[in-house]
Amino acid sequence: MVSETDIRNYLEEVSDPEIPVLTITDLGVVQQIYLQDQTWIIELTPTYSGCPAMQQIEVDLLAKLKEKGIPNAQVKHILSPAWTTDWITEAGRQKLRLYGIAPPVNEPDKTALFSEPPRVSCPKCNSNNTRMVSLFGSTACKAHYQCNACQEPFDYFKCLK
Amino acid sequence: MMQESALFEYVMRLSDDSLILAQRLGEWCGHGPILEEDIALTNISLDLIGQAISLYDFAAEVEGKGRNHDQLAYLRYENEYKNVLLVEQPNGDFAMTLLRQFFFDAFRLPLYEALMQSPVEQLAAIAAKSVKETRYHLKHSSEWVIRMGDGTEESHQRAQAAIDHLWRYTNELFYEDAHDHALQAAGKVPSMAEIQAKWMATVTSVLQEATLEIPKNNWKFDGGREGRHSEHMGYLLSDLQYMQRAYPNMEW
Repeated sequence: MVSETDIRNYLEEVSDPEIPVLTITDLGVVQQIYLQDQTWIIELTPTYSGCPAMQQIEVDLLAKLKEKGIPNAQVKHILSPAWTTDWITEAGRQKLRLYGIAPPVNEPDKTALFSEPPRVSCPKCNSNNTRMVSLFGSTACKAHYQCNACQEPFDYFKCLK
Repeated sequence: MMQESALFEYVMRLSDDSLILAQRLGEWCGHGPILEEDIALTNISLDLIGQAISLYDFAAEVEGKGRNHDQLAYLRYENEYKNVLLVEQPNGDFAMTLLRQFFFDAFRLPLYEALMQSPVEQLAAIAAKSVKETRYHLKHSSEWVIRMGDGTEESHQRAQAAIDHLWRYTNELFYEDAHDHALQAAGKVPSMAEIQAKWMATVTSVLQEATLEIPKNNWKFDGGREGRHSEHMGYLLSDLQYMQRAYPNMEW
């Protein structure tokens, strides 16, 4: 008989299709896992409302569980409480940095309409002398930065609170 | 029963606003003035589509007739769409698109903030999810309004022309009818007067910073909330609905 812990371990093997170094558990989108009427329910919180990766994650997750001999699983999307980048694990942040994406930094006042762009350090050379190029980037979760020290253009995983 | 049909109508207005604006923004894909803005506008479009899906799913659940979000998004006639006229207006130049976005974002943010307090749980959850995205959109559009207004002579003139053109459509954002009043009386949604005051405060401060002016004339257009649309809507829908009409029930 599989347990909830087994399933959580299996989900460690499912990666984010857009940032393949991250697993969905690193990303912090997996919530409750429970058995209901002989079916395993896996609760997932979407990162961004329109993130196209969420559909692929569902497909990959169910395929992984099937491969592990669990065909009776179902994904349930839950909106509340809303996902925040605070749920990305420490291991996940480290992986992002090594992959060349600056992990989210704590931006205290997200409600201010105007504020200085967050100070993000370059994932290549660690310099704090970087600038925001654009509020938006290659995917919904990222902004575009450039390092003034080593000139490296890089993605910043936006802080979402 | 009355409350349910009012809630359905209310949620459909929110989703139609999101969907139609997303469709307009999507038209910029591959045509943005610079690569960063091409990406920004399509990212915002994607957020709005995501919000529309959640809202249509909820509306379908409230309606209880077994329709799904695709049927609600693609298989209705023009007069069944209840979006405001503002969001269906053509993209025009970059200033027109960004000013339309700014007026909309400045409306959506306080509305979502208020709806987070709604006792209608699913609506509050969608609002709590969407408010974070909307705050980011408003930051983006406000910065552009200021950059264009307080920029060159030409960018200032284009931004002011966009305001002068779009202003007539802004009053409809705060439209209310019996559906709204029923939900307000039950404490489920905020009054539009409250939202309008917050909208006006944002618009006034950003336009002032941008050295742009609020038009003096008070000519107001409406009709979208009742399904009476401008000429542009039919063309927009023929693009939006083409695939579902040509290949019924298709999926990606």
